[in-house]
Amino acid sequence: MSQKPATLFDKVWDAHVVRNIEDGPDVFFIDRHFIHEVTSPVAFLGMEQRGLNVMFPGKTFATADHNTPTINQHLPVEDPLSANQLKALETNTAKYGISHWGLGNPKNGIVHVVGPENGITLPGMTIVCGDSHTSTHGAFGAIAFGIGTSEVEMVLTSQCIMQPKPKKMRISVNGELGKGITPKDVALYIISQLTTAGATGYFVEYAGEVFEQMSMEGRMTVCNMSIEMGARGGMIAPDETTFDYIRGREKAPVGAAWEEALAYWKTLKTEEGATFDKEYHFNAADIEPMITYGTNPGMGMGITGHIPSAVDAGSNKASYEKSLQYMGFHEEEPMLGKKVDYVFIGSCTNGRIEDFRAFASIVKGRKKADHVTAWIVPGSHIVERQIKEEGILDILTDAGFQLRQPGCSACLAMNDDKIPAGKYAVSTSNRNFEGRQGPGSRTLLASPLVAAAAAVTGVVTDPRELLA
Amino acid sequence: MAYDKFTTLKSTAVPLPIENVDTDQIIPARFLKATERKGFGDNLFRDWRFENDGTPKADFILNNPIYTGKILVGGKNFGSGSSREHAAWAIYDYGFRCVVSSFFADIFKNNSLNIGILPVQVSPAFLDGIFTAIEADPATELEVDLSAQTITILSTGAQESFSINSYKKHNLTNGYDDIDYLQSMKADIEAFAAKSIY
Repeated sequence: MSQKPATLFDKVWDAHVVRNIEDGPDVFFIDRHFIHEVTSPVAFLGMEQRGLNVMFPGKTFATADHNTPTINQHLPVEDPLSANQLKALETNTAKYGISHWGLGNPKNGIVHVVGPENGITLPGMTIVCGDSHTSTHGAFGAIAFGIGTSEVEMVLTSQCIMQPKPKKMRISVNGELGKGITPKDVALYIISQLTTAGATGYFVEYAGEVFEQMSMEGRMTVCNMSIEMGARGGMIAPDETTFDYIRGREKAPVGAAWEEALAYWKTLKTEEGATFDKEYHFNAADIEPMITYGTNPGMGMGITGHIPSAVDAGSNKASYEKSLQYMGFHEEEPMLGKKVDYVFIGSCTNGRIEDFRAFASIVKGRKKADHVTAWIVPGSHIVERQIKEEGILDILTDAGFQLRQPGCSACLAMNDDKIPAGKYAVSTSNRNFEGRQGPGSRTLLASPLVAAAAAVTGVVTDPRELLA
Repeated sequence: MAYDKFTTLKSTAVPLPIENVDTDQIIPARFLKATERKGFGDNLFRDWRFENDGTPKADFILNNPIYTGKILVGGKNFGSGSSREHAAWAIYDYGFRCVVSSFFADIFKNNSLNIGILPVQVSPAFLDGIFTAIEADPATELEVDLSAQTITILSTGAQESFSINSYKKHNLTNGYDDIDYLQSMKADIEAFAAKSIY
């Protein structure tokens, strides 16, 4: 082969191009399509209005997550609009023979949690969903990204979308992470360095020792947040960690199919000498526990630091000041010690079992701060079961916390879990936009360890001080 | 859904000189509960536009009758955040046909093109020029010519070219969309799918 060395991204992308249109997008084939109740109904409606049908129902998987309540899931959903969307998903999937894990199904949960944990997400796949955090699945060496509803309709009716091939970026982090530094901190650190538009137009490959040593769940957290720096998605080359995670999961290949898949998956890596349109290198030792102070995920800082001044922030001054005014913060003040009203652990970023283990590691033997309301929301029923089986529920209960039922919950507050106006929430979710967690809510994004430290002390606290 | 053809657009514009306008601001999540694509314009920029009780906020630009038109001019990194196409629907439903910025988030740009909104990316200097011109005179008109791929500030004559790939340009000019195109190549897709290991 005399071809020039290929990147992981090139290999997966090029293997899925049905047709290349000159000076236009590629007709791009999709292996897995995830749908949920919010961005799919209009796509089904559009398809029916055109008189079209679902082309490959077996390649689409549905779950209900964005709207679902996190208490009393056995009861009818109270909000009539949410109930209507959930019903539409049920009806549409039944009509077209699409797998559907709705409320009450033991496999129900957040779309980006249930895909991996059931072996639906596999290396080398192309995966889309009408949800920007589809980038999560890139942790498996898949090309996975969020799409709009028109594109959901395209995938339903043709299993393809029309996509120009993005540029390629590699972000390498080498060295060793310090104690109490989690994958979420790595993600927030990178975004704080690149800004929320720093990777727009690119698809990112994460490389280096930090990602090689990271667990699959950590890799999912990092890839999940790729969208927050503008990237279409992020991916990590599959390795033994990946294969060990997938092996034995319900829908993973078995027997000869497993061996065949594995042989292919092992080829999915960037070759020596392959080039990227842009490269960044960071040192693990520079990363602290992170926290955001503003209204986009790029406005993050090391937890022991001070809020930068508008000049240092490198942003438009008016937008920066608007942001701090919304948050009720001032330039150059510290974040440590700030009072916290709510703590949310969950979401497709940090709603996996490792996140609850991390949360429990700090909570164990301590009590919830009296004034803090904590919403502890597993990403799926499978995670919920693990929390109970591993004794984490007992630790939480002893400390005065309650466990809720799975769903997207306060990440985007489409259900009843809304942070009240003016209140401060330390949140393990992915976005701190104005009103994201409820109108007027103020979100500080952080890791499960930082969330736990805030939950027990009631203020922004460096979790390293509480670690055994 | 086929949409209106886009050829040229001459209109006054609404300036929103804020960076990183995210899709949660364009249409907050609580308004995504519809199962049909209609009425989203009522909640465009809901929390910037209205008090909780529904009273319009006097200081928000959409509530200022001086500023009208079919062109929305936003700050850098417009449309960041979620993939909700509802954001583009809300902008379209409100009556905008074109969004101008110095930088767009990818998914928002795709979604806009897919529903017939033209995103026009201009240089930061040209963007500043638009804001300055509108500030000086809210009746300033912009002319967007898709076939020539130019945008002009009519009061000053300042003009800049913008890029758009020829496939998307063809679609917008004719009111076609990707679904039409994909339906025309189903045999190729069937053959491709038959070789897939997944």
